Amino acid sequence: MNTLEIEDLRLTLPGTARPVLDGVTLAVGAGETVALVGESGSGKTLTSRAALGFLPRGAEVEGAVRVAGQDLLAMGARELRGVRALTVSMVFQDPRTALNPLRRIGDFLTESLRTNLRWSARRAGDRARELLDAVGLDERVLRQYPHELSGGMLQRVTIAAALMSDPALLLADEPTTALDVSTQAEIVALLADLRARFGTALLFVTHDLHLAAAISDRVCVMYAGRIVEAGPAGALFGTPRHPYTAALLASTPQVDQPRRRLDAISGQPPDLRTALAGCPFADRCRHATDLCRAEAPVSTAVDGGTVACHHHTRLTLEGITHHG
Amino acid sequence: MTTTVHRRPGFGRVRTRRPWLYLTCLFFTALAFGVAVAAPWLPLADPNLADLGAALAGPSGEHPLGADEAGRDVLSRLVLGSTTALFGPLAVVCFSTVLGVAVGVAAGWRGGWLDSVLSRGSELLLAFPGLLLAILFVALYGDGLLAPVLALSLAYLPYVSRLARSLTLVERERPYLAAYRVQGFSGLAICLRHLVPNIAPVVLAQCTLNFGYALLDLAALSYLGMGVAPGTPDWGVMVNTGQSAVLQGQPLSAVIPCAAIVATVVAVNVVGEHWADLVARRQR
Repeated sequence: MNTLEIEDLRLTLPGTARPVLDGVTLAVGAGETVALVGESGSGKTLTSRAALGFLPRGAEVEGAVRVAGQDLLAMGARELRGVRALTVSMVFQDPRTALNPLRRIGDFLTESLRTNLRWSARRAGDRARELLDAVGLDERVLRQYPHELSGGMLQRVTIAAALMSDPALLLADEPTTALDVSTQAEIVALLADLRARFGTALLFVTHDLHLAAAISDRVCVMYAGRIVEAGPAGALFGTPRHPYTAALLASTPQVDQPRRRLDAISGQPPDLRTALAGCPFADRCRHATDLCRAEAPVSTAVDGGTVACHHHTRLTLEGITHHG
Repeated sequence: MTTTVHRRPGFGRVRTRRPWLYLTCLFFTALAFGVAVAAPWLPLADPNLADLGAALAGPSGEHPLGADEAGRDVLSRLVLGSTTALFGPLAVVCFSTVLGVAVGVAAGWRGGWLDSVLSRGSELLLAFPGLLLAILFVALYGDGLLAPVLALSLAYLPYVSRLARSLTLVERERPYLAAYRVQGFSGLAICLRHLVPNIAPVVLAQCTLNFGYALLDLAALSYLGMGVAPGTPDWGVMVNTGQSAVLQGQPLSAVIPCAAIVATVVAVNVVGEHWADLVARRQR
C-alpha cells in the first residue's frame, strides 16, 4: 500500500474559470522520496497541503487523498487532527518564522506529543533528545529560544519536530529556499539520511530541478495544476518526454556547460481566469499542433512513469545527464 | 508589523523615553496600590466620624490633611477611599480585557459571519457613551460598585476587542501558527496557548491606558452619587462633599481628592505609554 495516494484530485476555487488542480494523480510509496517540481502557481503547494487535509477556504474538491489507506477528504475535523498529529508531518519553507518566538525549543518539540498524544513529559523529552541527536544538534538547544539559533539549526529543529511522532509521510515544502547554499546541501543530505534511517516517505516540493534529481527516487512535473510528466528521476531528466520538462531543463544552468545560453520559456502560464480547451502548455510549446490546442492530452503510462502529451511517441527531446 | 497601540489623544505630550519620569510614575502607582491594599490595617482615624467642631479645619496634628465640612478626617478618607478608587477601575480593566480578547480573537480567528456579528456588536457598544450606560445600569440594578463596573467593562470592551481582532488577523497569517495546525492542534488550543501570549504585550499596554479612563469615569459616577454605596469613602464622593466648601473659601477638602485622581491617572498613563513604546520598539 502506498503511503500517500492522490487520485484524480480536482480543486476549484471561487472566481476562477478552470480548476486550480486538474486531475492530479500522485503516489508516494513507503520510504520513497518523490519530488514535485514546477514553477510558481503550478499547484505544487496546494497539492502538498491537500496531503494534510488543508484546503483553501471555499474550495470545491473531487477525487481522493489517501494517507495510509484513509481518505482525508472524507474525514471529520477530529480525525484529521489525529492524522496530522500522528501520520503526516511537514517541514516549512522558512524556519525562522515557523517557530513560536516565545517558546523554548524543547517546548516546541514536545508539545504536540504531550497534548495531542498524551505522552508524559519525560518520554517526550527523551524522544526530543534522540531526534536532536539524529539531526546533529546538541541537547543544550532544548533550553534555548528560536532567536538564539541560526537558520540552518532552526531548520534542523523543525525537521526534528516533524519526525517526533515517527510519521509515515513527511512533506517538505521548499525546505531549503530560505537558507544559504552550503546550509541547503547539509539539510538535503540530512533529509536523505533521516529518510533512510526512519523509513519515512518524503514528498519534496521544490522548483530546483537539480535538487529534485539529487534527492528523489521519482519526480512529478506540474504545470498549470496538472502533472504533465512523472517518472524515475534519472530517466525523466535524461530523456524527458514532455516538451515542458525539456524546456525546464534547458532553462537551468549547468555546471559542465557554463557558457551555454539559457533558454527561457516564452510566454506566461495560462491565467486562472480563462478556461482551457487544449493542452495547458500548447501556447508556449514549440511542438504544438492544432490537436494540442483543441484537445487536452490524457496522462498515458510509459515505461516507469506517465506523460500527458499528444506527441510523446513522436518527439525526441534533449535532457541533461545528472550525476547526483 | 503594522499594528499600533490605539492611543487616545491627550497624553501624547507625556509620552516619554525619560526614564526618571517613568520610574517616578511607576513608583507612585505601586505606592498607591500598596496603600490601597493595606488601607484597612493602617492606623487611621474613623473616616465616618463626624466632628463638627473641626469642620473645614486646616492641616493640623490631629488632621494632617484637614477635615471636611462634616469634620471627617480627609487623610483617612483619602486612604480608605483609594480602595474603591483603584480596585474599581482594576476590575473594569480585567473584565474588559478578558472579554475583549475573547471576542476579538474569536472574530479575527474565525472570520466570516462570526466576525461580522461580533465586530458590528462591539461597534454598537462603541456608539453608546460609557457613562450613560453606567447610569442606566445603576438605575436598573441599584447602588453599589458592581453595576457601574460591569457597565464600564462593557463600554471598554470594544477598544480591547478591536485591537485584539486586528492583532489576531496579523498573527494568524504567521507561519508558526500554521506549524501548530500541521501538528494537529485544534484552533482553540492554538489560540489559547500560542496566539494570546504573542499578542498579550500589546493588549496589556492598551489596558494600562484604559485604567486611567476607567478611574476617571468611576470617579465621575461617584461624584454624581451613582458609584459606591452611601457611607463608603471614595475620591469622587469626596470631591462632591468638598465642592460646597470651595464656595466658603476652604478648597482644601475638594482639591486633595482631585489631586489624587489626577496624579494617579497621569502616573498610570505614563507607565502605560512607556510600556506601549517598549512594545512598539520590540516589534520594529
